[in-house]
Amino acid sequence: MTQIDVIPDEPKALIRFARMLWADKFALAAALFLCLIFVLALIGPWLLDAAAQKQNLRGRNAPPFDWERGWIWILGADALGRPLLARIVVASQNTMTVAAGAVLGSAVIGTVLGLVAGYAGKRTGLVIMRLADVIMSFPSLLLAVVVLYILGPSVLNLVVVLAITRIPVYLRTTRAEVMEIRERMFVQAAKVMGASSPRIIFRHILPVVLPTLMTIATLDFAFVMLAESALSFLGIGIQPPEITWGLMIAQGRQYLTTAWWLSFWPGLAIILTTLSLNLLSSWMRIALDPTQRWRLEMRASKNEVKP
Amino acid sequence: MHRFIRQRAIASLISLMLLVVAVFFLSRLTGDPAALYLPVEASEEMRQQFREVHGLNDPVLVQFGRYVSDLAQLNFGDSIRKARPAFEIVIEAFWWTLQLALITMALVTAAAIVLGSLAAFRAGGLFDRLATVSSLIGASAPDFWVAIVAIVVFSVGLGWVPTSGTGTLAHWILPIAVLFIRPFGLIVQVVRGAMITALSSAYVKTARAKGVKSQAIIFVHALRNAMLPVITVIGDQAAALLNGAVVIETIFGFPGVGKLMIDSILQRDFNVVLAAIMVTAMAIFLMNLLIDLAYSLLDPRIRH
Amino acid sequence: MTRFLDVRDLSVDFHTVTGTVHAVRNVSFYLDRGETLAILGESGSGKSVSSSAIMDLIDMPPGKITSGEIWFDGQDLLRMPASARREINGRRIAMIFQDPLSHLNPVYSVGWQIEEALTAHGADRATAKAEALRLVRRVGIPDPETSLQKYPHEFSGGQRQRLMIAMALALRPDLLIADEPTTALDVTVQAEVLALLKELQLETGMGVLIITHDLGVVAEIADRVAVMNGGAVVETGATHEVYRNPQHPYTARLIAAAPGKGEMHPEQPRREPVLSVRKVRKQFGQFTAVEDVSFDLMEGETLAIVGESGSGKSTVAKMLLRLEEPSGGQALWKGRDLFAMPPAELFKLRRDLQMVFQDPTQSLNPRMTVWQLITEAWVIHPEILPRDRWKARVAELLLQVGLKPEMASRYPHQFSGGQRQRIAIARALALEPKLIICDEAVSALDVSVQAQVIALLDDLRKRLGISYVFIAHDLPVVRDFADQVMVMQKGRVVELGPVAQVFDAPRAAYTQRLLAAGLDPDPDVQAERRKARLALA
Repeated sequence: MTQIDVIPDEPKALIRFARMLWADKFALAAALFLCLIFVLALIGPWLLDAAAQKQNLRGRNAPPFDWERGWIWILGADALGRPLLARIVVASQNTMTVAAGAVLGSAVIGTVLGLVAGYAGKRTGLVIMRLADVIMSFPSLLLAVVVLYILGPSVLNLVVVLAITRIPVYLRTTRAEVMEIRERMFVQAAKVMGASSPRIIFRHILPVVLPTLMTIATLDFAFVMLAESALSFLGIGIQPPEITWGLMIAQGRQYLTTAWWLSFWPGLAIILTTLSLNLLSSWMRIALDPTQRWRLEMRASKNEVKP
Repeated sequence: MHRFIRQRAIASLISLMLLVVAVFFLSRLTGDPAALYLPVEASEEMRQQFREVHGLNDPVLVQFGRYVSDLAQLNFGDSIRKARPAFEIVIEAFWWTLQLALITMALVTAAAIVLGSLAAFRAGGLFDRLATVSSLIGASAPDFWVAIVAIVVFSVGLGWVPTSGTGTLAHWILPIAVLFIRPFGLIVQVVRGAMITALSSAYVKTARAKGVKSQAIIFVHALRNAMLPVITVIGDQAAALLNGAVVIETIFGFPGVGKLMIDSILQRDFNVVLAAIMVTAMAIFLMNLLIDLAYSLLDPRIRH
Repeated sequence: MTRFLDVRDLSVDFHTVTGTVHAVRNVSFYLDRGETLAILGESGSGKSVSSSAIMDLIDMPPGKITSGEIWFDGQDLLRMPASARREINGRRIAMIFQDPLSHLNPVYSVGWQIEEALTAHGADRATAKAEALRLVRRVGIPDPETSLQKYPHEFSGGQRQRLMIAMALALRPDLLIADEPTTALDVTVQAEVLALLKELQLETGMGVLIITHDLGVVAEIADRVAVMNGGAVVETGATHEVYRNPQHPYTARLIAAAPGKGEMHPEQPRREPVLSVRKVRKQFGQFTAVEDVSFDLMEGETLAIVGESGSGKSTVAKMLLRLEEPSGGQALWKGRDLFAMPPAELFKLRRDLQMVFQDPTQSLNPRMTVWQLITEAWVIHPEILPRDRWKARVAELLLQVGLKPEMASRYPHQFSGGQRQRIAIARALALEPKLIICDEAVSALDVSVQAQVIALLDDLRKRLGISYVFIAHDLPVVRDFADQVMVMQKGRVVELGPVAQVFDAPRAAYTQRLLAAGLDPDPDVQAERRKARLALA
């Protein structure tokens, strides 16, 4: 044979991704920051809940960077004298739970509907797409008010509202991709072998769509966070005494001119988190695309040459 | 082309009808307007009378039938809150939103195309990195937060622009500037990506082999191809703005359709909610047609 | 003596993930005015990279020219400023490419694009317009005035290449570089385009540098040939000399691998057919893609379906596998009609009928390992093989198609094109089929690899008694492999007969044209054919 018989085995996927992440320092910083937020959201309330609830009338609207009061007061205190740092950490749990729940719910439902719409007959696809159109044009504010009025303002209900409004994003993308992939040769080859429709959808089509969906989901996580904070800001999201970052901004709004830090810090937390998500998403767009991946791997191998 | 418009119109009409039905019934689940508009101590007779006047006494299905038959005569009903025809109120508010959306999108489109193209031309260079990071920050910023920070800095602190309301040209500056940020960040990203794809395509190679100048390659050969995906995103963003920038309009006291919508929902002013939904849906339908038209002007392959 | 174009000692590197690839290593060749030089090589030989270097089309990075000079008319191109090279591109050196559809800008009219070639070098619009009309007329595009207003997608492949030629020749360049200009075209169109190039060369006296993988193209058009392999020129010389008397073993191997030279299969006595196709028809709306196709296929026999693009040959294959629903007719497989079969029965029959597709890169799921690809057959049809015997059988299949059992854990992209097609064949064999439909199964492969895959298919036929329906546009390959040949044109069968009869005594005029248009690697045979073609015209 004239071909090269020995092709070096590729490194394990995990090592590969770690190297590609290392090659993009922005994405690396973003990933680390998100890990931090994730850990805080997980254990933060357990550690700091007491501190975040305790009112301290002498420390009302205490300014930030006052080292004498102790590290927990470093970002200042709110109108009831509760330390902002503790409150931000505690609020991260609700903020993250809502966003993660909504993204997960909408991604799963949207993807399944999209797979069906793309692979099933024309009529089913059309019905599903009309449904998506209605959801898209339905005012999410009204939906939020309806759900919160009927079911009450809880984290779960907010997740439901946001999940419903984000379904079309996944549905449309999945459907468009499926309609393209189903015409590809390897799907035809599977059909010739006698593969059933579920097998073709889940074994052959879904793995190809998945990277795109993961990229979108990361981006959407940021979007949902912003939407949740906007709803809370308008007073139709999470209600006190529960807290989220968006709610903290709203609560600090009336003290803007006298104590800017009340709204500033939670806003900064939102910006940093969404920015990290966006950075990670644009890294994923390259890292998960086999035809673009070389850009990152090139940089990784160049880094090794000159440390 | 006529057939295409007709098909699209029918599809949109079906969606709109479903939407109206859903909104009609769901909005009535938010509660009884009588409880909101009458004082707490109002007697049950007064409440009954209020419901009678506003046609809220009948079973919901009867109310719906009446609404539909009124609608067939282009009567959108009256606002409870303002005791004026709902349609008039909505059109006034929509005019404000339309101006805001058009000015913002025009600025966003122009700026994003120039910046995105330049970033793509030297992909990976310093300018590209700056453009990428700044646009990402823009796309990540919660606009209501930016708005209140901007008010503190520019209105309260420096006193350059008014805090809220309308009236002078200066009133427009902050709302537009804040609304500008997110679509700009998103569209720069899309322009950059599409331009990188276009610049690495085979026809650009041909143009280089022909000896065409770099500027012509970027702005004549690549840009027109790159605009195709960009236009879709511009359409989505414009649609979002036409729906009314609720939070921004609320913060800046801007009398647009977004603020009208949230106020009407919270005030259970059902007729205004429905009229607002129908008007914005029509506007978005027309805008999508324009987007399709632009698409077919740019790309001869999809002209039928 | 100074040459018109003289490439000396050129080396180009590309930086990739796995390290630096020396795409072109110390390559030297020259070209005189009015001469045609062919650079011959298989995929990955570096033949296109060297021509891109002349046109300044290498993207740097990841590419880098590490050594060499390119002397053109007394100047070294590699030491000129970019603006001066831009002046030369299009005006003095022009280029045409393999895939004209993607190389023409889809959103501008072809007239505009041809005019741009002129205006980019200072012509005014009116002159450019008039000149574009003249050029389009000269390259033989019907209805030139209206054609100028049209867009690339509105033309056929051959017409697009003619338009590319018109655009390239707008400023009467001294040198034309043609990178695989006829590779994607049908044989008859290929012959016309090459003839046009030759004519225009005589008219203008330009030098032509043609890059190709096809010995036939070299034989048809080139005065001299440079053979490239692994980034280096291994042999250069006059076309005739190199073919008759190759000096380098690689050249000799390449010439030996050219199909269409062996013994044709003798005619077999007719037996009971396994597949009997009767009056098959396919409509797409108003358009009739396939009309009245009938044939019989015996066990262990190969039927080749030959035709140009749009002949309906692939549609026939898809209908036999029910990937397309036929509009009429019958296909009796061992007496039962495939077209009228309920899904459950069809599912069982899938085992008997398998398909090997044109491009293995696309027909193998990129996210599945070779093991997963092959064993999927047994997941779907568990009655074939108990799970505990999978491992042994996969190893056996891989050996059967000439791969190694330890390759089972790899992904398709870790293999070469030929190896991938072997995997696709192993996958088909896993179902123990009685009939394999090969849809252009070797067209995407290099000649030397093509020969190996054909030999593999032939061997399987002998050992396992498999029948083949072999769909191809490439006549020499068919000649070596088929028992019966069916020629299709515009959805209809124009000729059906034993291979020797079709090739040696073709009855239909279309078959004769097709055979005359085919390119033979032997320059002498090719000279004869050219005469025959002129006589037919």
